[in-house]
Amino acid sequence: MIMNTLSILDLNVWYGNLQALKAITADIPPNKITAIIGPSGCGKSTLLKSLNRLLELVPDTRIAGQIKLNDFDIYSSAASVTEVRTHIGLLPQKPFPLPMSIYDNVAYPIRIHALLPRKGIPDKVEETLLAVGLWDEVKDRLRAPAFGLSVGQQQRLCLARALAVEPQVLLCDESTSALDPMSARTIEDLLIALKEEYTIVTVTHNLGQAERLADHVLFLWLGELLEQGPAVRVFQSPEHPLMAAYLAREFG
Amino acid sequence: MKRKLFVRALLDKVWPAVMLLCLLGAGFVLSSILIAITSRGLRSLSWEMISTPPQRAFYLGGAGGILNAIAGSLCLALGATTIASLVAIPVVLYMHTYGKGKRQTLLIRLALDVMWGMPSIVYGAFVFTFIMAVGLRASLLAGMLTLVLVSLPILTRTFDEVALMVPTDLSESTLALGTTRTELAGMLLRQTVPGLLAGIFLAFARSIGDGASVLFTAGYTDSMPSSLLRPVASLPLAIFFQLSTPFPEVQARAHTAALVLTAIILLFGMLAYVVHAHLGRYIIR
Repeated sequence: MIMNTLSILDLNVWYGNLQALKAITADIPPNKITAIIGPSGCGKSTLLKSLNRLLELVPDTRIAGQIKLNDFDIYSSAASVTEVRTHIGLLPQKPFPLPMSIYDNVAYPIRIHALLPRKGIPDKVEETLLAVGLWDEVKDRLRAPAFGLSVGQQQRLCLARALAVEPQVLLCDESTSALDPMSARTIEDLLIALKEEYTIVTVTHNLGQAERLADHVLFLWLGELLEQGPAVRVFQSPEHPLMAAYLAREFG
Repeated sequence: MKRKLFVRALLDKVWPAVMLLCLLGAGFVLSSILIAITSRGLRSLSWEMISTPPQRAFYLGGAGGILNAIAGSLCLALGATTIASLVAIPVVLYMHTYGKGKRQTLLIRLALDVMWGMPSIVYGAFVFTFIMAVGLRASLLAGMLTLVLVSLPILTRTFDEVALMVPTDLSESTLALGTTRTELAGMLLRQTVPGLLAGIFLAFARSIGDGASVLFTAGYTDSMPSSLLRPVASLPLAIFFQLSTPFPEVQARAHTAALVLTAIILLFGMLAYVVHAHLGRYIIR
């Protein structure tokens, strides 16, 4: 089994003059689900988006520090941003299919990265759609527009699209918050199954979900990392009083 | 209370009737025009009419056709739409990257909206003055440049509106797959092509149908377009000149020219529709 570890070293992020992340140092364990939790505006999404360098698309952003994927600093000058995003995939908050057919949504990333010879693509698309449990629902309308799927199906399609690139790490940005409870649970079950092969980092507002999914927890508060550790330990005996208050749902 | 509900229910019935009436009115006007042009235009429509330029004494009822005007109009409109698109694209790119949210961008929008409303004869007079000043004559090039001015605001503003409607999530979702910026541009194009086509078609239809702007600048000739620096014929002016003669058979040919002009616009409109239906199927709304 390939072990893919992410480590964050002294990461600082500024939006203009506002410091959004303050000296974050954390290890994200391989083949586990790490949940980033904390109240709104604490920097959860900022931290997640710095992990695949999507953050630098935001104007006026300054990022300092290191993020290492298996000891390779993704912010070093030797790193190509295209390659970084190939190794570290993202499942967005709101499902957003590409303006293509269902089939092409999954085939497109395989094609651009030339991961397979042309002939191999249909099998890989089928395999990926099977993995996210979408194949049976779409196999008769692969050429239909992806936009015609239900929101829950669209999110599974986005997951398939992210997996088709064969990333090492999968980032989930509150990926179930726009979904109905049934679809959300389907995505959760998929993530649990996928951690066999991928290192998963998820941002969630939903403490119940964090408790169900997480093996490891990072607790952010106003841009600072107040607590981190195995989920069982953090949830049962939080060390920081603010973490305890948050778990007691005293603020959101 | 009851009375108010009655009024609301009545209004709910009256409005659709008003809308239907307006629709019928518009439909009546459009079909009258089409019927008039077709029935009169068909009388002198022949293969000779659309395949040969005017021969001797054409404007007195002699032999020949309006191929000079068809070719001239296509050259003028296709040339102008192409040039204007090439100018519009960088302007729109500027408005949505470096100039995003800046004062200049708002001023560009305002200027283009004013340009859109400007009568084309004004552009014609402007370019005419300009070519006189630099010692040129009415020509295909000058006509094209005038039509560029006419179609530039249409293209820029429609492209601008299309760009405004691109969801930001699309860029993020595409880049998250590890795409390059060129591949991202390709993806954005997929989403926007139907809208861009609509703009291009609008500009083309306006350019090919505009007579006032080419009146002084492109001139008129009985020969086929041969050089950028020589005058060219155009369908709107072919209609104008033939309709102003006293001979009924020549006047009938004006209607044929109008029919041909309408058919060209219809043809390009259908082409745009087919491409739109094919590509627009996949766009994210």
